[in-house]
Amino acid sequence: MSSIESVQQEIIEEFALFEDWMQRYEHMIDLGKSLPLIAEEYKTEDNIIKGCQSKVWIHAELKEKSLYFTADSDAIITKGIIAILIRVFSNQPPQAIIEANTDFIDQIGLKEHLSPTRANGLVAMIKQIKMYAVAYQTQLN
Amino acid sequence: MLDVKKIRADFPILSRKVNGQDLVYFDNAATSQTPKQVIDVIVDYYSRLNANIHRGVHKLSQEATDAYEQARKTIQKHFNAAHAHEIIFTSGTTEGINLVASGYATLLKKGDELIVSALEHHSNIVPWQMLCEKTGATLKVIPMTPEGILEMDVYENLLGPQTKLVFVNHVSNALGTVNPIEQIISMAHDYGARVLIDGAQACPHIKPDVQKLGVDFYVTSAHKLCGPTGVGMLYGKEEALNELPPYQGGGEMIATVSFEKTTYADLPHKFEAGTPNIAGGIAFGAALDYMNGIGFDSIAQYESELLEYATNKLKQIDGLKIFGEATEKTAVLSFNVAGLHPYDIGSILDQMGIAVRTGHHCAQPIMDYYKIPGTVRASFSFYNTFEEIDRLVEGVHKAVSMLQ
Repeated sequence: MSSIESVQQEIIEEFALFEDWMQRYEHMIDLGKSLPLIAEEYKTEDNIIKGCQSKVWIHAELKEKSLYFTADSDAIITKGIIAILIRVFSNQPPQAIIEANTDFIDQIGLKEHLSPTRANGLVAMIKQIKMYAVAYQTQLN
Repeated sequence: MLDVKKIRADFPILSRKVNGQDLVYFDNAATSQTPKQVIDVIVDYYSRLNANIHRGVHKLSQEATDAYEQARKTIQKHFNAAHAHEIIFTSGTTEGINLVASGYATLLKKGDELIVSALEHHSNIVPWQMLCEKTGATLKVIPMTPEGILEMDVYENLLGPQTKLVFVNHVSNALGTVNPIEQIISMAHDYGARVLIDGAQACPHIKPDVQKLGVDFYVTSAHKLCGPTGVGMLYGKEEALNELPPYQGGGEMIATVSFEKTTYADLPHKFEAGTPNIAGGIAFGAALDYMNGIGFDSIAQYESELLEYATNKLKQIDGLKIFGEATEKTAVLSFNVAGLHPYDIGSILDQMGIAVRTGHHCAQPIMDYYKIPGTVRASFSFYNTFEEIDRLVEGVHKAVSMLQ
């Protein structure tokens, strides 16, 4: 298992290879297609993350003291963003997720997606992932 | 014929770059850009005139008051109101609607009915729902056809002696439909109901004549028509405004105050508590002067050419569907491409320097009607060009090829 920092570093290096926004977006769209999809039973109205123009569902499961995430969205770029988050946070202990910072998003040229005006809920997604981590950490304690 | 090149030179923002490319601004229905003639008025106000208005004996206060009241007269003339005191300055369309809705809380009773249209922005739905909760009145809805046109025969059946208020937008923000407000107003008046028209989307394109319309209340925002944000107006017929109690208490809106009894000021001050957005009000007047200088007939003519050009070009894209196909519509194009989310298309257009709006446009009932999460909305103004529309079309093509 790689640490959150090393996965983030990997993603930064990957995105550094792209020369323009089109390559970056095409990569995100590809990542979106590889997203580990959430089981239909968890795709409920209650599980929709608020603050997104597109619908986003995230589900977490604890296995062997690590959290695993699955997700889905009806917008493909949003799916790409969640795929990146899941790559960073899945298969990690809840405490590490709670403590992780997310500065890498700036460094891969997706800063605009952090702006609240984008209403894509990237901030809300990170919050949801951290909430899951807090909830499961409490179980582990 | 408009000299668009010359007009564009009036708007400093139109020459900026976005994501490394020339900005194409097609989010005019959300807010319009500001010409230097209006920006200069704001700068001049704070550089030369700034003072609190109406109560000062000193020169600055008098000059600021004169400029503010002159703006009210400019607005009165633009909308052809009978009296300047029928123009109430507000913070925008939303406040205008809330002011009237809040006044009606004292005038309605259980069993009264209000009529709204299916085409409304949330700001012309929610204040009335709150009013219904307070008073026990009921809200009825005029439905729309798939083309986005109101079903007037249903409206006729909804009307009755129990109808107290009808509120409809002049133009739909999500679809661009121009509603037959003259007919809507006169039918409501046959039953003695008052009518409020939300003109936020109409005023950038159409010059309404409130006396000819016979409308009781007409509200709009300055920032949709080349003015600043945070200021708007409520026109109300004198008798209709006099029926309403004051909206907010405070300075400016009183005649006399004692702890036993306060008497209220006359129109328009009764509804203008506190220090208003003085610079904004003056700039609102300047924005109307600017647009009238260009001429609303020329604006409407040019924008309809832009709309027709864009509609024909976009329609050729495989799987693209336009929402809002009324024959009477303003320069708004709401669309989706089959299988693609509007958010994805909007994000890619943004990367290309093209500003559109995506989402439900604060009109969720319309999106529910079409069973869609939202649309991409490109809205045009008289300072936009055919070349910019070509860039939009090219951008949508690129988005489709990247996303499919």
